[in-house]
Amino acid sequence: MQTEPNKFVKELTQEKYKYGFTTEVSTDIIEKGLNEDVIRLISSKKGEPEWMLEFRLNAYRHWLTMTMPHWAHLDIPEIDYQAISYYADPTKKKEGPKSMDEVDPELIKTFNKLGIPLHEQRQLSGMAVDAVMDSVSVKTTFKETLMEKGIIFCSFSEAVKEHPDLVQKYLGSVVGYRDNFFAALNSAVFSDGSFVYIPKGVRCPMELSTYFRINAANTGQFERTLIVADDDSYVSYLEGCTAPQRDENQLHAAIVEIVVHDRAEVKYSTVQNWYPGDVNGKGGIYNFVTKRGHCKGVDSKLSWTQVETGSAITWKYPSCILSGDNATAEFYSVAVTNNYQQADTGTKMIHLGKNTKSTIVSKGISAGKSQNSYRGLVRVSSKADNARNYSQCDSLLLGSNCGAHTFPYMDINNETAIVEHEATTSKISEDQLFYCNQRGINTEDAIGLIVNGYAKEVINKLPMEFAVEAQKLLAVSLEGSVG
Amino acid sequence: MAAEQQYIDIFLECGSAINKHSSELLNSKRAEAFENFKKNGFPTRKVEKYKYTDADELFAPDYGLNINRLDIPVNPYKVFKCDVPNMSTALYFVVNDSFYPVSQASPNIPEGVIIGSLKEFSEKHPEIIEKYYGKIAKTEEDSITALNTMMAQDGFLLYVPKGVVVERPIQLVNILHSSVDLMSNRRVLVILEENAHAKLLICDHAMDDVKFLSTQVIEAFIGDNSLFDLYELEETHNRNVRFSNLYVSQSANSNVLLNGMTLHNGVTRNMTNVSLEGKGAEIKLCGMAIADKREHIDNNTFIDHKVSDCSSNELFKYVLDDEAVGAFAGKVLVRHDAQHTNSEQTNRNLCATRTARMYTQPQLEIYADDVKCSHGATVGQLDENALFYMQQRGISLREARLLLMFAFVNEVIDNVRLDVLKERLHVLVEKRFRGELSKCEGCAICK
Repeated sequence: MQTEPNKFVKELTQEKYKYGFTTEVSTDIIEKGLNEDVIRLISSKKGEPEWMLEFRLNAYRHWLTMTMPHWAHLDIPEIDYQAISYYADPTKKKEGPKSMDEVDPELIKTFNKLGIPLHEQRQLSGMAVDAVMDSVSVKTTFKETLMEKGIIFCSFSEAVKEHPDLVQKYLGSVVGYRDNFFAALNSAVFSDGSFVYIPKGVRCPMELSTYFRINAANTGQFERTLIVADDDSYVSYLEGCTAPQRDENQLHAAIVEIVVHDRAEVKYSTVQNWYPGDVNGKGGIYNFVTKRGHCKGVDSKLSWTQVETGSAITWKYPSCILSGDNATAEFYSVAVTNNYQQADTGTKMIHLGKNTKSTIVSKGISAGKSQNSYRGLVRVSSKADNARNYSQCDSLLLGSNCGAHTFPYMDINNETAIVEHEATTSKISEDQLFYCNQRGINTEDAIGLIVNGYAKEVINKLPMEFAVEAQKLLAVSLEGSVG
Repeated sequence: MAAEQQYIDIFLECGSAINKHSSELLNSKRAEAFENFKKNGFPTRKVEKYKYTDADELFAPDYGLNINRLDIPVNPYKVFKCDVPNMSTALYFVVNDSFYPVSQASPNIPEGVIIGSLKEFSEKHPEIIEKYYGKIAKTEEDSITALNTMMAQDGFLLYVPKGVVVERPIQLVNILHSSVDLMSNRRVLVILEENAHAKLLICDHAMDDVKFLSTQVIEAFIGDNSLFDLYELEETHNRNVRFSNLYVSQSANSNVLLNGMTLHNGVTRNMTNVSLEGKGAEIKLCGMAIADKREHIDNNTFIDHKVSDCSSNELFKYVLDDEAVGAFAGKVLVRHDAQHTNSEQTNRNLCATRTARMYTQPQLEIYADDVKCSHGATVGQLDENALFYMQQRGISLREARLLLMFAFVNEVIDNVRLDVLKERLHVLVEKRFRGELSKCEGCAICK
């Protein structure tokens, strides 16, 4: 690493965002700005029932009373919420297409560039893909197979129309619109998203996957995902993001709600690769996401796995409320920041039920001039007997201008709880590099090896398809960033 | 809110009386402190640093203040008898918030060393004190420090000039003595010039069973290659509220040990800010708390690695029983230029009942890459296997629990660099666990 540091830095700075292309699809965008009329317009464009509009308006009215939170270790430029257009519909058509022929060919090309197994690949990969480009669900595959089992996997707007009872029952039950500033904003203007319902005793035969993609300039994307796993069911849900290169910052404020009933299990995996801005910190996505799961039932299990490599600013804390007895929650995360990226991410584990267990493994990697923070909360309530938590958060620093921070909170109100937290911060040791060099592995490869080994614990938790992509992403994000 | 109003009123009304009974130097800082206090008010629990201790509520009750410095009807030299065996210390007293005049100079204190009343020596040697007083305890950053700066009239001074080694441990006993509820504002200033050595033991005792509220601000300046130990031992009672802010500034290659032990208290909030200003500085920051009933202990520490090649080591252990509340927030900041930093932080806690509560918040903020930093925090109970093993060997469950708890906190005591004090602490802690009052025998101070 001492030999030619400039070479690596050069290579890194020349590493362009691979997926930075834009598709020319005519988009139905509404006027910039936010007020009650805009919300009514969104709601009517989507043909929503009255209760949905009521929900949006309540959220909007509450949002007006809130102020942008500033507690995170992030430097967020002032966001003008009136300068954002809150709705973009790339399908133009009122009804969703029923076959591939009806889908805009430009759009299909985009997906093919991204390698989404929407067309031919769909059978090979065995995934059902609900592709979301901007705000409206374009195509949902494998629906028939899933329908046979009684599994509902559709776009959110479809669910509002076809399963209003389920949506009404669960919408906002985990993340209420009063939860936080961005949750309120999302609840008011959310455009679309995915809805998953796994009925009692059903094991979802395939991995459910959605690709989100921001396409039209100046449109904030406000996705909403709701996953309900009924008693004794199982589902693994994958979410991946790539966004085309844009100069202006784009706002992404999503909500993910998961409800896990008795003995059910949900596995939620994310590979996040939003456009992080260029090497000078210009552009990039602001990713302010509220993700929370509620382990409601006894013996329920929820697992979050995330690989975060993109976004200019990430503000994201996938959390679990463990209220069912014997519930288990896991959080595995790799967060990579480079150049001027900022990430403040972590998890919250709220232990309410008896014998609840949670595991947190967080690996932060910072390079360039980036700031990477872990912020987590483990709370054991007074009734949560025998709660057990293990947290580990490690940070790896590549370069002397980046920062790695840890802010764990532990609130323990029960004597039977066993809570452990460990954190280390270090750089790749010279010994490790020297050892690899000695064995004929050049410094560049050695760093790749070490970083991959460092993140292995988390990557291993990802489903196969994602693990490969995640490993590639790690390599792309960090290539040559040690000097 | 509004708890600050009574202090603002007192200051406006009695400002001249406060000045009259203090020194010019101490007075010179009051106006600015007052402005900052007025502006910021008491921190509520919404303020991150005071999340676990509600200062606003604790300062709200009406306490008496001894602004006119009425005589203290007690001679601590007669009633106090420290029975740490074989420990001969140079003994000084601060009663409430005034320094108790020394009847005769302590032997074995090298020439040039100044130990005594902050008020008196800031009048005698303003040229020394001026350079240090109020320099690191910033009144705009902390309202408790602001309140203390604006109200404190006296306190304790330790000054060790260049190259002087004070072998004999210096002991400062803070005695709270009053027949009515009383507030006291103490100030301590420690100055060690280059190559100086000193050890300071501060003990807090409360003589009367009334409510006490004390604020204490300690500023310690440790020069190049100097060695300083500070032990703080709190043994008061459940009606005592203590806010102590300790600021330490360390120059190159200095070595500091801070060890705060809370054995008996009411509500305690200790804030420790250590700033490593010179290369090669080393800090060891330890703390221990044993709390039961409704005792409340909050330790807030901040270590600022400003330059390279410094090391910090933190170890805090709590044992919480009954409805006790413990909080620990430790932050380590490694600045951009602080390469080759070595930092370790450990917080381990035992909760003995389900009503005890523990909040812990170990934080790292790192801006340099060639560093080794780690922190760990645990909350749990005694190891059941160990308890079972001991019972198998004929040790009763109660005894086994005591042994394990004792071993648990022993790690903190082991850091004490004064052997006799270490031994004494062992006895005190054991007594504390057995539920006996850990008061020193033959001493009439604690009731």
